[in-house]
Amino acid sequence: MKLFPVRGGVHPEYRKERTSESPIVALPMPRLLYLPLQQHIGAPAEPVVAVGDLVKKGQRLADRTGPVSAPVHAPTSGRIAAIADFAAPHPSGLPQPTIVLEPDGADDWTDDLPAPIDDPFNTDPAAIRDRVAWAGIVGMGGAAFPSAVKLQLGNERTIDILLINGAECEPYLTCDDRVMREHAAEIIDGAQIMARALGALGVVVGIEENKPQALAIMGKAALGASGVTVVAVPAQYPMGSERHLTQAIIGKETPARKLTADLGVVVHNVATARAVHHAVRFGRPLLARVVTVGGGAVKEPKNVEAPLGALVSDLVSFCGGLSRPPKRVVNGGPMMGAPLPSLDVPVVKGTSGILALTAEETNEQPSQPCIRCGTCVTICPCGLVPVEMAAFIRKDHIDVAAKLGVRDCVSCGSCSYICPSHIPLVHYFNYAKGLLNDLDREARKRDHISVQVETRRARLEKIAEAKRAAAAAREAQKAAPAAAPTAAPTADSEARA
Amino acid sequence: MTTAFTDKSGPFTHAPTSVQATMTAVLVALAPATLFDLWLFGWPALFLFAVTVGSCLILEAACLSWAKKPLQPAITDGSVVLTGWLLAMSLPPWTPWWVACIAAFFAVCIAKHVFGGLGQNVFNPAMVGRVAVLVSFPVQMTAFVPPHPLFSAGAPGFLDSLRITFGAGTLDSMTAATALGHVKTELSRGIPVSTSIQQVPDFLDMALGFHGGSFGETSALLILAGGAYLLWKRIISWHIPVAMIGTLLVLGTLFHALSPDRFTSGLFHVVSGATFLGAFFIATDYVTSPVSKQGQLVYGVGIGLLTWVIRTFAGYPEGVAFAVLLMNALTPIIDQHFRPRVFGRTRKGDPLPIKGGK
Repeated sequence: MKLFPVRGGVHPEYRKERTSESPIVALPMPRLLYLPLQQHIGAPAEPVVAVGDLVKKGQRLADRTGPVSAPVHAPTSGRIAAIADFAAPHPSGLPQPTIVLEPDGADDWTDDLPAPIDDPFNTDPAAIRDRVAWAGIVGMGGAAFPSAVKLQLGNERTIDILLINGAECEPYLTCDDRVMREHAAEIIDGAQIMARALGALGVVVGIEENKPQALAIMGKAALGASGVTVVAVPAQYPMGSERHLTQAIIGKETPARKLTADLGVVVHNVATARAVHHAVRFGRPLLARVVTVGGGAVKEPKNVEAPLGALVSDLVSFCGGLSRPPKRVVNGGPMMGAPLPSLDVPVVKGTSGILALTAEETNEQPSQPCIRCGTCVTICPCGLVPVEMAAFIRKDHIDVAAKLGVRDCVSCGSCSYICPSHIPLVHYFNYAKGLLNDLDREARKRDHISVQVETRRARLEKIAEAKRAAAAAREAQKAAPAAAPTAAPTADSEARA
Repeated sequence: MTTAFTDKSGPFTHAPTSVQATMTAVLVALAPATLFDLWLFGWPALFLFAVTVGSCLILEAACLSWAKKPLQPAITDGSVVLTGWLLAMSLPPWTPWWVACIAAFFAVCIAKHVFGGLGQNVFNPAMVGRVAVLVSFPVQMTAFVPPHPLFSAGAPGFLDSLRITFGAGTLDSMTAATALGHVKTELSRGIPVSTSIQQVPDFLDMALGFHGGSFGETSALLILAGGAYLLWKRIISWHIPVAMIGTLLVLGTLFHALSPDRFTSGLFHVVSGATFLGAFFIATDYVTSPVSKQGQLVYGVGIGLLTWVIRTFAGYPEGVAFAVLLMNALTPIIDQHFRPRVFGRTRKGDPLPIKGGK
C-alpha cells in the first residue's frame, strides 16, 4: 500500500524493550476496586446500585446519562462498599464520584448478559452500535471518547476506511503491541464488526514499523479476513495522532475544525476493536484493560491486564514495586501522558500506561534562553511556529497566540522534547488553550445571558403590550357602555315612557 | 503513598539536546579551518585568536555580573566562545590586540548584552564587532598579509609575532591585497577585471586557502568540510548556505557573461572572501536568522544579493558582513511573513476545503 509523507515529527528513544517481550499477565483481584463515574469524555454515569448491594460480574453499576456518556459495569462480583468521592487519575488529584466495590473472590458472572450477536455482518448496524454503547466501550488509546458515538459517523457520511490505530508511537508503551501479538484474531474480528456498524468499505490497520512481530502476526490474521489490510507506517512520532495517521494512509490533511470522518476515515484503537469483539460476540461489557507498567523506577515492568478500578499502587506492587523514588509518575506515555500526583488512583478505561520515571529518564533541565534554532518550527507536525507562540504567551498576548494557531496544536510534545534550551513549550500552549477555553466559555455565557435578557425584555414587552391592549380594550368597553348608557337611558326612558 | 511532581505538562522525556551541545558542534566544525589558518599565518594569528576569544569571555562575564545575571551556564554554554572565535576569524591575521579588544567590546557588550543577552540580539555579534572596527580603523583592518606558514622561511618568530600583535609597529611593508581588494583597486584605476584577475591566486590556491585574507576565511574547502559536518549533524540546514552561495553564483555568472571586463565571475565570488565562512557559519547564526525554512531561503538570497551588490558597486571590496547585518535587520519581518502552512489550513489560515463534497 502506498503511504504518504507526514510533516515533521521526532524520533524519541522508544525504550519499549523492557516490556515488549513479556506476555500480558492478569492482575490478581485487588482488595477493593474504585470505579469513577466518569472514565470517559462526556456526561458522567449515574449509579443504579446502592451501598451494600451485592453485585455480579458484568452487572451494570452506573448508567449513561446522555448521548455522549458511557455506563460502568462491575469488573467482578462483590459488594458495593461505598459511593463516595475518591482521587481521580488526573494531575489535580481532585476527588470525583466513585463507586467502591469490594470483590468477594467468586468472580461470578451475572445471568443478565445480552445474547451474543451471532452474525454481526448481517445485523442491523444500529444493533451493533447499541451493543457497543451498552458495553461502555470508549477509545482505549487514551482519549476515552465513547466509541458508539464514533460509530455513528457513518450515518451521514460515506466512510471509505475504518483505520485501526496500532501505531503506538509513544515511547515505553507496549500494551497495544502485546494485544496485537496475543489477540490478533479478536482485533481483526472487532474491526470488521465496527466496519459493519460504520458502513465502512474497508479496514486498514496501521502499525509502526518498529513492531515487526505485531505486523507479522496481524498480517497473518488479516489474510483470512476480506477487506482488511495491515500496513507498516514509519516510526515517526506522533504517527499515532488520528489526523497524522490518516494523512499517512490517504494523503489528505483533515481540515481544521473538521473530523477525519469528513474525509471518509474513522480511526479506532486496536484495544477498542478487541473490546467490541467481546461485546458483540460474547455479550460482555468492558471490564478490564491491558496497561503497560514501566519506567526505570519500576522493578519488574510488565503488561498487566487489570480490572478497571484497580489502584495504580496495586499494579506497581504487582510489578515488584519501585526500586527508587521516581521523578515523575505518568498516566499514559511520556510524550503526551499526564503527571499523577500519587499512586493511589484507579486504572480507568483510558489508562494505557503507568510510568514511574527516574530523573535520568525525564532529563529535565532548567530552561535556558531560546537561541531561536528553529528546530521546533521544523519538526512541528502541525506546521506551527512554537517559538513565536510561546514568546507571545509568556507576555500574556493570548490573542496573538490564538491567531498564530495555538488551538491547532495537538500537544504532541515534539517541540518541548527536542528544544535544546529545555523550554516547556507545550506547557505554555496548554496554559493558553485553557485560557482560551475559559474565554470561549465566558463568551458563550455572555451570549446566553444576552439572549436571555433579550427574551425577558421581549416577554415583558409582550406582557406590557398585552396589558396595554387589555387596558385599551377595557377603555373601549368603558367607552362602549358609556355610549350604550346614552342609548340605554333612552331605551329606559322609552321604557319608562 | 508516593508523591510525585505535577507542576509541569509533558513530555516527560527529552532528547539529548542542549545549547552547549549545539555550540560545541559548531566549534568542532570550525576547528579544521582554524587550525589550518593558525599554521598558515603563524604566531600572530594565534595571539590574535587568544586575545579575541579571551576578551569576549571576560566581557561576557563582566556584562553578566553587572546585570546581576548568573555566570553559569552563560559562560560555559559555548555561545560567547563561538562569538569570539568567529570574530577572530573575520579579522586580518596580524590585527593588533587593541583592535581585537574593541571589536570584542562591540560584539559582546553592544550587540549582545545591550539587547538582553543570549537569544535576544537582533544583529550577529561577531559581525557587529568586525564592522565596528572596519569602519573605525580601516588601515589596521585592511592590512592583509600573504601567508607565512609557521616555521617556514620568512615567517615571523615568536618574539617578532608578539611585537606584531601587542606592539605598535607598522606593517605596511608586509601587506598585500586580497583577491577581492586587488580586483576592486585595479578596476578603480581603469584596469578591466579580465586583466586584473590574472594576478590573483589561481582557483586551486583560492579553494585550498593559500592566499591572503582574514584569519579564518581563506580555506574554502576546510570551511566547506565544517559546513558539511554541521549539515550532517543537522545543526544547520541547507537553506541559507545554498540560497546565499547560489544567488552569488547566479548573479556573478550572469553579469560576467554580459560584461567580463566589469564583473568578476560567479565562481570567483564563491571562492573568494568570506563567502563560505559567511554562508555556513555566520549567516546560519540561529539567533539572528529566520526560524522557518521558507524564511531562511529568502534571507539567504538577500545576503547573496547584497554581498554581490556591495562587492561590485560599493566602496568596500568585501560585503558579507554588511550583507549579513542588513538582512539581520529584516529577520523579524521575514519571520512574520514566511511561516509554515498550518496543518489542515490554507496559507491564509482558513480551514482547507473538503474535496469530493463529503
